[in-house]
Amino acid sequence: MNAPANNGFELSSLLDAIFKKYHYDFRQYAEASLKRRVAAALTHFGCATVSELQNQVLHQPHLFGALLEILTVQVSDLFRDPSYYKSIREKVVPYLQTYPSLKVWVAGCATGEEAYSLAILFAEEGLLSRTLIYATDINPSSLRVAEDGIYDLRRFARFSQSYLQAGGRASLSDYYTANNSSVVLDRGLRKAILFSDHSLATDTAFAEVELVSCRNVLIYFDTELQDRALGVMRDSLRRKGFLGLGQRESLRFSKHADAFLELVPEERLYQRL
Amino acid sequence: MNELTAGKRVRAIVIGGSAGAIDALNVIVPLLPEGFSVPLVLALHLPAASPSHVPRLLMNKSALKVKEPDDKEPMVPGHFYVAPPNYHLLLEKGGCFSLSVDNQVHYSRPSIDVLFESAADAFGDHVVGLLLSGANEDGARGLLRIKEAGGLTIVQAPETALVPVMPGAGLRVAGPTHVLSAVDIGALLASCEPVRVAK
Repeated sequence: MNAPANNGFELSSLLDAIFKKYHYDFRQYAEASLKRRVAAALTHFGCATVSELQNQVLHQPHLFGALLEILTVQVSDLFRDPSYYKSIREKVVPYLQTYPSLKVWVAGCATGEEAYSLAILFAEEGLLSRTLIYATDINPSSLRVAEDGIYDLRRFARFSQSYLQAGGRASLSDYYTANNSSVVLDRGLRKAILFSDHSLATDTAFAEVELVSCRNVLIYFDTELQDRALGVMRDSLRRKGFLGLGQRESLRFSKHADAFLELVPEERLYQRL
Repeated sequence: MNELTAGKRVRAIVIGGSAGAIDALNVIVPLLPEGFSVPLVLALHLPAASPSHVPRLLMNKSALKVKEPDDKEPMVPGHFYVAPPNYHLLLEKGGCFSLSVDNQVHYSRPSIDVLFESAADAFGDHVVGLLLSGANEDGARGLLRIKEAGGLTIVQAPETALVPVMPGAGLRVAGPTHVLSAVDIGALLASCEPVRVAK
């Protein structure tokens, strides 16, 4: 990865151009990891400089999809960080059981693994039939994968183990059909989830929900954009609603810290005041 | 030997290693003087799912506060930061940490290259890069980036490392400014002075 001296303003110029032409806003993404992704894009498109990349994507719009893919693609796992799901089961579900109907928002759902994990957990706790899960992302191809609910079979040995560590009450295989190389998740889970396009950088709250789960998404934002995104989540949560972040994400550095109490600090589970 | 560091002002000492690196750190860290105020940042290869024992291992050896930073945590003097398992750790220009769960680099997350390249980018010549004992070539390119940005680069002399592959690659790829034993590395780091950051 080369870092020419004018990398800084070339990068901001590229991000301005992408925003003006395609309305995707990366201008407040955390710079260090964004730069790595832009460097990967330079390699992919065979560009020597960021300006050259800007020129290509501005004048050849069909290339933008591939660039968006490189800048935003994210991989997750079913029941990634099992202790997080265990805490939701033990500390959050008892509250949720008192509500007649439930809405959950998985913000930055990528290819859907987190949304399906919550759907399985809610099914086992008898909540899924009265729950609607909104799962949103800005990457259209990730959303398509998420909607299909079809994943590589080879990942499922690990997923099954995580499911059990997360306090799963049955066997993960109860929730899918496997063929030679892939796994199709149960359609009943799929029916509880509404996948759609939403940007934490440019869109606002769209529903009142009881739980927001947003894991390893904020790490890609600078602190100002984190505050914006957390503000949207705060506005979406009903009073006493719950917020779950990634294992190393924290409200400590956010201006919204006072709007929440720490419910399970080590799992980064918060409750809206 | 220390003419290159005499009065060298350093924002961060970034350290990478895998197998055998803890042994080297157990020699190096006790050599840092009390009140040493240049932050140290370590990316160490670990099995992804295991809870990290590194902070505890280092804690016993050091008066520094050892911790795994959260995302956007400001880097402050007197700390020895350790990349949390299964995250890349990066430094931002403003002096805070960022994390990422992007793909592994050299089969590793945290990756040493990712840490080193971000440090070179964020702090230019106010960086010291140190590559210790280890079993793959992660860190060599990052060390080169630090050198190109004007930072000070050190590898553990391969013949003194428990596993020489990593420092050997660093030596070959980056042509580091210093190739030293753990004891000499400790003495060199101890001579670094912090950058006074205007508030």
